[in-house]
Amino acid sequence: MSSKKELILPGMPIEKKGLKPGNNVYVEGGKIYSPIIGLLDIKNNVVNVIPLKGSYIPRVGDKVIGIITNYSLYSWSVDIRSPYEAVLMAAAAFKKPLSRPTVPLNRFLDIGDVIVAKVKSFDLLSSPSLAINERGYGKVERGTLVEITPVKVPRLIGKKGSLINLIKKKLNVDMVIGQNGRIIVVGKDKEAELKAAEIIYRVEREAHVPGLTDRISKMLEEW
Amino acid sequence: MRRRDGRAPDQLRPMKFEVGILKNADGSAYVEMGLTKVIAAVYGPKEPHPRHILMPDRAVLRARYHMAPFSVTEERKSPAPSRREIELSKVIKEALSAAVLLKQFPRTVIDVYIEVLNAYGSTRVASINAASLALADAGIPMRDLVAAVSVGKMGGELILDVDDYEDKYGEADVPIAMMPGRGEITLLQMDGLLTPEEFIRALELAKKGIMEVYELQRKALREKYEAIWREYGF
Repeated sequence: MSSKKELILPGMPIEKKGLKPGNNVYVEGGKIYSPIIGLLDIKNNVVNVIPLKGSYIPRVGDKVIGIITNYSLYSWSVDIRSPYEAVLMAAAAFKKPLSRPTVPLNRFLDIGDVIVAKVKSFDLLSSPSLAINERGYGKVERGTLVEITPVKVPRLIGKKGSLINLIKKKLNVDMVIGQNGRIIVVGKDKEAELKAAEIIYRVEREAHVPGLTDRISKMLEEW
Repeated sequence: MRRRDGRAPDQLRPMKFEVGILKNADGSAYVEMGLTKVIAAVYGPKEPHPRHILMPDRAVLRARYHMAPFSVTEERKSPAPSRREIELSKVIKEALSAAVLLKQFPRTVIDVYIEVLNAYGSTRVASINAASLALADAGIPMRDLVAAVSVGKMGGELILDVDDYEDKYGEADVPIAMMPGRGEITLLQMDGLLTPEEFIRALELAKKGIMEVYELQRKALREKYEAIWREYGF
């Protein structure tokens, strides 16, 4: 069990000698600062700040869960809970290329449909583009959609998937985790799915409190 | 000298800072400086609408300072934005922009909505205090929190944290916002008259008040997470 980590706030330098800057920090005037509220995490003299809240910035290769918001002749617009609206080109949606658009795209994916997609490209100059023409990606047919702040996704997964596997096993549910903070839970019945959602919200709320895995496994035992 | 409400010249009004009070905002805060009560909500970074406002290399910060119709004791205030509210929206936006690392989110917009629930002097500095807390609560990267107070002059004496009465009948009102960790001033206005010597002393008085406000802001930000720690005895 890890001990409680120090809360760090914007503005005040991290006053320890001989440290190197890592994730979510910046250097100004030779001092290391955190630009956000987060938990201080020093490993091998490298200062990292674990964020407690934040928006999702797409990275190439990420698995995300999106909701179709619009469609045109050749592409869909997809909400991926990011400041940047994503695009799914028809060419990246089908395994076989469509020779010519003969039917409107909403025949395949309509507004409001949920998809599991991969971020194919993103460079801050153009919108992120998605792909669903690989194994494991595509339209979501059933399950419960849960949303948490994207920065807590690593905590939900746990070390090598320890926490998420525990929840999956104990509740006998399947989960797809999007890096954008959306999770699809598929269980045998709605009850198990709602219990999983409750546990996911609990993880989000208490991610910074030590002993989380123990508390979650106790919650699961009691169920 | 004692002031009308019994405070010493260098004493702040009773303060209350709270973070994360609105469920649907990305970040939010509530601030009380005496009878002045302000709520702030932050949304973003998000897609810019209208699209033409986007900046290719940074986020656009928008602020809207608004006084609730019931926030004043005189006649009900019209809810339409007044000339004064448009000015304050602008100076608040500029006071906050200096702190926010806008370059981290190009082509996006960050919206700050400030609602004055009760106006009893120094609403712009209360708004800045609330807005900067809401930005930090939203996880938006900043160089420092922005803390603000006003100093003034009444009966020939310099006073800290000007209330409505002192603003109306005093000789000067000087709102100041700073990034206290950096010692940088991001807002400085003056209504009324001060001699250069008085101004320098006023600035020192403001810095002292700002440090007190800064501590309360930091405490409020921590409290949101420390409350959950305490539930489990940490």
